[in-house]
Amino acid sequence: MHGFIEFFRPHVLPLIYALVIVAVLPLLAGYIVLVERKVMADMQARLGPMRVGPHGLLQPIADALKLLIKEDIIPEMADQWIFWIAPLISVTAAMLSMAALAFGPAFQVARDINVGILFVVGVSALGIFGIVLGGWASNSHYSLLGALRSAAQLVSYETAAGMALVSGLLLARTLSIRGIVEMQHAQGVWFVFLTPIAFFIYLVASIAETNRAPFDLPEAESELVAGYMTEFSGFRWSLYFLAEYANMVVVASVATTLFLGGWLRPFPNVAWLWPLDHVPALLMLLIAGYCFIRIPKQPVRIQQQFIAVVGLLCLLVAAVLAAPLFVGPARPFMAAIHGGFWFMAKVFFYIYIFMWLRFTLPRYRFDQLMKLGWHFLIPVSVVNVMGLGLALALHWEKQWGLAPALSLTTAATLAVALWLLWAQRERDRSDMEAQEERRSQGSTVHAR
Amino acid sequence: MPDARTSAFPNVETSILGADEIIINMGPQHPSTHGVLRVKLKLDGERVTGSECIIGYLHRGVEKIAEHRTYQQFAPYVDRMDYVAAVSNGLGYCEAVEKLLNVEAPLRARVIRTILTELQRIASHLLWLGTHALDIGALTPLFYCFREREEILKILEKYCGARLTTHAFRIGGLQYEAYDTLEHDVERFCKDFASKIEEYGTLLTENRIWLGRTKGIGVLSAKDAIDMGASGPVLRASGVKWDIRKAAPYAAYDQYKFEIPVGKNGDTYDRYVVRMEEMRQSRLICLQAIENIPTGPIMAKVGKVLKPPPGEVYHAIEAPKGELGYYLVSDGTVQPYRVRIRPPSFVNLQAFDKMVRGHMVADVVAIIGTLDIVLGEVDR
Repeated sequence: MHGFIEFFRPHVLPLIYALVIVAVLPLLAGYIVLVERKVMADMQARLGPMRVGPHGLLQPIADALKLLIKEDIIPEMADQWIFWIAPLISVTAAMLSMAALAFGPAFQVARDINVGILFVVGVSALGIFGIVLGGWASNSHYSLLGALRSAAQLVSYETAAGMALVSGLLLARTLSIRGIVEMQHAQGVWFVFLTPIAFFIYLVASIAETNRAPFDLPEAESELVAGYMTEFSGFRWSLYFLAEYANMVVVASVATTLFLGGWLRPFPNVAWLWPLDHVPALLMLLIAGYCFIRIPKQPVRIQQQFIAVVGLLCLLVAAVLAAPLFVGPARPFMAAIHGGFWFMAKVFFYIYIFMWLRFTLPRYRFDQLMKLGWHFLIPVSVVNVMGLGLALALHWEKQWGLAPALSLTTAATLAVALWLLWAQRERDRSDMEAQEERRSQGSTVHAR
Repeated sequence: MPDARTSAFPNVETSILGADEIIINMGPQHPSTHGVLRVKLKLDGERVTGSECIIGYLHRGVEKIAEHRTYQQFAPYVDRMDYVAAVSNGLGYCEAVEKLLNVEAPLRARVIRTILTELQRIASHLLWLGTHALDIGALTPLFYCFREREEILKILEKYCGARLTTHAFRIGGLQYEAYDTLEHDVERFCKDFASKIEEYGTLLTENRIWLGRTKGIGVLSAKDAIDMGASGPVLRASGVKWDIRKAAPYAAYDQYKFEIPVGKNGDTYDRYVVRMEEMRQSRLICLQAIENIPTGPIMAKVGKVLKPPPGEVYHAIEAPKGELGYYLVSDGTVQPYRVRIRPPSFVNLQAFDKMVRGHMVADVVAIIGTLDIVLGEVDR
């Protein structure tokens, strides 16, 4: 018995962390959905969920309960086993890739793997198996088309995203998550300013990878009903949903770590910007104040109490965030506490961009999506990596300044990108003209 | 396991299908078939190689019902055909019966009819814009469009008490006098609407993705459009300047100045531009009409029991979706002997197969959206 305990002792803490992830992630995903619905409502001149709890604060919980007790339908013609297991693959991959992420200098789920980024990218890409298998097993044409689109999309955009990541990694000179952030701290600048093109490519590619609008073709509701999720219902469906939102958190975390300075506050090395340290606490105070102002406006007693509790919670968080600034003994925890805040703030900013684009842009068509990936993003990302390599070589070998070398290669990459766009436009125009010509000749182009 | 590919459609010849072709069934329960349209698509990968529209899921036998109702009793039924443009349906029917009776509604009635019908055209086009954009993946315009449409429905509600199936007009004129602030309401709406419609334009008109999704999609040449009997914006976007409001003016359209927008390429983008411009023109017509609403009676002298002389008549109006025609045959009794309705949606839907061939699945929904069909009208 003693040996048994000894054997498991080193695994206890990671296990607890893992449990926290499994417990917290669905909640987080649920509240991201709520935020998304609120943002959407704001952009569309309406209120969004307002019924369950004050300002719809309990909506995610109500939704989760509803999904749990819904009937779980497996189509008769479906491949039962694969149908059963496919959503699990997706959600497991999404959660597993969280393991290597560091949400702050003190909080990392598993441990600092020396190939952290590689692990995250590799494991999160496994989620596609769940989608393809689920689409196949449903035995429905819509699901199959959705799954095929998803697979093609992931393969195309993973390449571009990988190339963008390589750009960041060249600067960081390490694959370790913690190492990357520390490198940005040491250099005193986020990598997004050193290689903005790579960040942009990663942004676009990560939207496509997580199947979000305007690249949400695998689940385009107006075309394929719900794509690969068409035949899924109840909790099985919600697992896919959870995987999608968890993936959003993962790609946002990767982008934050690699390009946006991870848990570092903006301008981490500039001493006279110390007021920025007070921003987190002040922000939470503001939210708490808003909650308290809204108390008299709530129609029901219980809602008044609820929003008061939310306000108090915000106050508590504000106090925790302010403690290291004013209380001596708490000072050593400053980096840990504020690191978590800044990390989550950046992740939410990144996700907000996703939402913003979703409610603004129409959807791409499948061939246009592929064209954008293969004709534009991948060439540009390859050129960007080569340019960055050149700049770094000049910097290290020839003692050039980093700034002039980088601006030179960035300008060159931009020129290539513009040329690609121009070439694309020319090709489109000649296509259109050819089509026009065929039409004017009076031949029916697509005769049966 | 039986092969779902072949067994789902026993009446489609499967032996001629290549190995790569699948048949999928879109609708009647599908998010973007605008009601209960069912489309069978033959796909090669994602490319459409053939299609077949199956209609009739909303068939209510409207034309047959007419034979067992008096002329007045049938009027509310026509509201339920194109239920997003009920006012236009009513106008067409009332004018057709008036033609049969050989009476003309007083000028005041005709002007008010024109105002309400043009408002209804804007409302119908707004609904089209919102759902069409939604089909192509832009979620937000829908809500803006419904916000404006709501203002129009409020005016209709104030006028006749109903918002959707209005039954606003009566044979021979109007039942209700215009309410006191009608001019004011319409004017305020038109003033606001001018900037609102430009706002939707900023979301879509110049948007690269929108251009990519609509330019060159579902092209209908002018010759094909005429051959298939297309009408309304679908015809005009192909470059044919044909609008019944100008060609055979009815109501009070001959008194107002307005342009007929036409397209050039006959693709989905042109139809979008044409409909947007039509909304602007409708707004101008409303503004002209409220400036000077003549005084006088609102009802012509028609008896309580309508017994048109035996004979037949065809009367068409430019409904929001195209030429809406009523062909009435009277045998001299209080009930029509036969009513035949020419719904624009039904005729325009014919062009569907020609338009989707060679495009991708995603374009199918764009093309259904751009045809602006209402299944209540297609199936009657």
